[in-house]
Amino acid sequence: MKPAPFEYHAPETLEEALELLARFGEEATLLAGGQSLVPTMNFRLAQPAVLVDLNRVQELFYLEPGEGGSLRIGAMTRQVTVERSSLVRERSPLLFQTMPCIAHPQIRNRGTIGGSLAHADPSAELPAVLAALEGRLLLQGPQGQRWVDTREFYTGMFATDRQPDELLREVEIPAWPASSGWDFQELARRHGDYALVGVAAVVGLDSNRRCRRARLTYLSVGDGVVEGRRAAESLQGRVCNGEQLAEAARLAAHEDVDPLEDMHASVAYKRRLVEVLTGRALANAVARAREGSAPG
Amino acid sequence: MSTRYFGKSVRRNEDPRLLTGRALFVDDLQLPGMLHLAFLRSDFAHARIHSIDYSEALGLPGVVAAFDAAALGEYWKPGPLLVPPPPVEGAVFSARTQVPLARGKVRHQGEPIVVVVAESRYLAEDALDSIIVEMESLPAAVDLEEALAPGAPLIHEDLDSNLAAHVTQRKGDFDSAAKNADLVVGRRFLYDRGASAAIENRGIVAHWDERAQHLTVWDTTQAPIPIRNGLAGLLGLSESQVRVIAPFIGGGFGPKIMMFYPEEVVAPWIAMRLKRPVKWIEDRQENFFATTQERGQVHDSELAVTREGQILGVKDVFLHDNGAYNPYGLTVPINSQCTLLGPYRVPHYHSEFRAVFTNKTIVTPVRGAGRQHGVFVMERLLDLAARELGLDRAEIRRRNLLRPDEFPHNHQIIFQDFAPLTYDSGNYEPCLDKALEMIDYHRFVSQEQPQLRSQGKCVGVGVVCYVEGTGIGPYEGARVTVEPDGGVSLATGVGTQGQGHFTVFAQIVAEALGVEVHKVRVVTGDTGAFHWGTGTFASRGAVVAGSACHAAVLEVRRKILRLASGILEVSEEDLELADGAVRVKGVPGSALGLGELALKANPLRGAVAPGTEPGLEATAYFGPSSGSTANGVHAMIVEVDAETLMVKIQRYVVVHDCGRVINPLILEGQIEGGVAHGIGNAFYEQLIYDGEGQLLNGSFMDYLLPTSTDVPRIESGHLETPSPLNPLGVKGAGEAGAIPVGALFAQALEDALSPEGVEILEIPLSPNRLFELLEEARSR
Repeated sequence: MKPAPFEYHAPETLEEALELLARFGEEATLLAGGQSLVPTMNFRLAQPAVLVDLNRVQELFYLEPGEGGSLRIGAMTRQVTVERSSLVRERSPLLFQTMPCIAHPQIRNRGTIGGSLAHADPSAELPAVLAALEGRLLLQGPQGQRWVDTREFYTGMFATDRQPDELLREVEIPAWPASSGWDFQELARRHGDYALVGVAAVVGLDSNRRCRRARLTYLSVGDGVVEGRRAAESLQGRVCNGEQLAEAARLAAHEDVDPLEDMHASVAYKRRLVEVLTGRALANAVARAREGSAPG
Repeated sequence: MSTRYFGKSVRRNEDPRLLTGRALFVDDLQLPGMLHLAFLRSDFAHARIHSIDYSEALGLPGVVAAFDAAALGEYWKPGPLLVPPPPVEGAVFSARTQVPLARGKVRHQGEPIVVVVAESRYLAEDALDSIIVEMESLPAAVDLEEALAPGAPLIHEDLDSNLAAHVTQRKGDFDSAAKNADLVVGRRFLYDRGASAAIENRGIVAHWDERAQHLTVWDTTQAPIPIRNGLAGLLGLSESQVRVIAPFIGGGFGPKIMMFYPEEVVAPWIAMRLKRPVKWIEDRQENFFATTQERGQVHDSELAVTREGQILGVKDVFLHDNGAYNPYGLTVPINSQCTLLGPYRVPHYHSEFRAVFTNKTIVTPVRGAGRQHGVFVMERLLDLAARELGLDRAEIRRRNLLRPDEFPHNHQIIFQDFAPLTYDSGNYEPCLDKALEMIDYHRFVSQEQPQLRSQGKCVGVGVVCYVEGTGIGPYEGARVTVEPDGGVSLATGVGTQGQGHFTVFAQIVAEALGVEVHKVRVVTGDTGAFHWGTGTFASRGAVVAGSACHAAVLEVRRKILRLASGILEVSEEDLELADGAVRVKGVPGSALGLGELALKANPLRGAVAPGTEPGLEATAYFGPSSGSTANGVHAMIVEVDAETLMVKIQRYVVVHDCGRVINPLILEGQIEGGVAHGIGNAFYEQLIYDGEGQLLNGSFMDYLLPTSTDVPRIESGHLETPSPLNPLGVKGAGEAGAIPVGALFAQALEDALSPEGVEILEIPLSPNRLFELLEEARSR
């Protein structure tokens, strides 16, 4: 469990980092918190020729309010910083609720927001939550920068729209939608494990307490972030009573997700968990929306 | 008897060293000029080796040497049969033991083929990538029944089949007992394998001193003395030319006693050949393949009972997974066979097993060593019978417990120590009563459970009993020396892996000499300090080595009294030992420090009279005639989330009787660690193999160990029924906590899900498996 030989670079500025990416192209792998990459290298499953370590690039460490109630998070911001941020609590309660669900404190101390998002692990919490929040990602390359919506960013299992000469610079989470409730639910065999199934829910109610719009996103049930479209659509314009939520949960489990069997859960069991967790997440989200509980 | 130290929760002598990082572990060793080993291991579970080419590796930077089986020359030979089969009439047994490096074929994934020696572990691992081994993959024998079927792939081609052993033990006549029974219940039970997962993996450092012609080996072994003796023989050295040190070790649990692991044979040979120290530290990935494992068995079992629930007989026919080789003989399946009988009166017993070679990692004892399976089968059968007869689960057990006047109780079958399985002592009913009382069983069943169920909660209770044969021979020894500084040195041969030997052995010595526990300096597991003994296994450290310490310190005490009696001119009866001194009873001013006395016992002038010895030192040995029998009862309340099948342990109670307790604090630690281990086996840990013998979850990402959030607070109670077989009255405790947990999980979960009619006949379980069982029950 020792990594294969690799060349190591530790740029101190964004510009230097981009130069290295331009020089090495696909040979280069970016090192952020290293919580997935380093074990993979120790198993020699990943054998990057060149490692570009972003841990000294100060320009990528920030967490600040954006315009109109949004939130801007630099890609190298440690997960623990987000977890403990009162700004995140105020502006993105769903993200705030999710942070402690990510692995263990030791991992969140090192792990970064950008690292997890760019790694595109189908069982990671952050991509699903960012999708539920309709966040977007800022990619910086030699030709400048571009914004990509979460939905377009993910192209498959461990695959994203990021080009070899680009790096993920920032994540933007839009202002919290009015009269909306949220919830994040996941189940793991042990606390901190990869979830068997996880779901993020955002439900907005109109003045008649009918569902204005709902978003459901899932982790660990496909080759990336899976959206609960039919389930969400079924709630549109409806009063969110128990029966309606149960129907949405059933749709999510049997029509929206297409889980793969793994050694810890069969397809049938995963569908069961999707149904149960969707029901729980929707009920909590609706309750929060009704309380009108402002974030924070 | 009133004691000062024995039986007290003395804090551990070793902890300051361990907690401040000053204890020596094998990987701490950094010797000048030291080289590092890396092993190329088979990716296949079963394959023929056509050719091996490591010439490119030899040319890589930092690589000093590489060896395959052929390069080991005459040194290459299969390991010894560590435990020959016990003398059971009609037993069939074929030994096929592991080899230092694979030759001709590989028989399990991870079997080593080539070793590379380099200036660093990194360079050694890099070089592995350049080695070319031409291999032809063979079909693998993985499933136990399929491995025995005609036409199954043959693992050892000189045998007719993959049958390693066939052993039948009988007592009475089960068939006629079954004919007279009111009820016979029978089922098939499965118990699958897991890893022992000690916090420290294996490791070895070997140093050959050419000028002194002396080999020193630091090894994470539970049995340093047999390793020394064996290595001396293999390497053509005298035993006194080899010193094996088992320093602090982060957990043993059984797999660290295996004569010999390939790495243990290869590393010292390389050190001698290259005349440079070598180090190999097993990494966690290797540990999943290269360190022995346990627990694969399939049982077809029947229980015959009367209407009142009285046991008439048990029939158990099972398959035991050996893995690819069987150096440990029949220890594990014999333990299953013997432990099944539990604390119960079983007049008729037919037990028959076949041990099977499979293309999987070798099976040797892991904490419990086959006992889990026996307990699981018996306890499940009793639960099934109770249900059929409409009896309470605790009550059917109570009706069959051996009474105090039935000891010693000879079960008339042969145990792993080759002696007839005889329970030396026990008092079982109070144990059961105490556990029921602690968990408030009757109130739970009659009030709480119905009430919670009416609220839609899915809750269950379990209560299971077990007996554990512990503290077997052959013997251990100890040497106690009073030092001139007033401290006491104690050396014993058993290795230590965290059990608290530095404290409990010190307590035994401190008690007899009236010195403080921390004044007793204990050395274990260093053949340079003590070289007679066997090792740490079968819950025997306290029983056998503890009794040897006791015998040695009593002799030292006699020497102290004799010498002091002459100096102080009083009779020995008028002397007492206290506060590190010997003194005339009631005359504090007469105190003579033990250090001072030790100096007087080693005079610079005057002759040592014939028949006497200098110093205040004695060596003694202890070998029990047979094992002492510990027992216990575990009880648990669980809640199952009916929707997700996630399980939460609400309460966990252990009542345990291991005879006289030397240190309650350490005992609690042993029990709690054992329960945690058992919870892992029961609900989290499972090595999952595919049909080709490929391990699918060989890392801690996918192989789930229970963590602190999964193990509940354990409430424990102790009863003390002293063993008559040793002077301390102690019985072993190291494995106890782990043994009944699978049976308990099955019973408690079955109880929780009983409205659904789920039957649980297997371990390990998981939420996914409970979901499947529930779906099956509903579709019936």
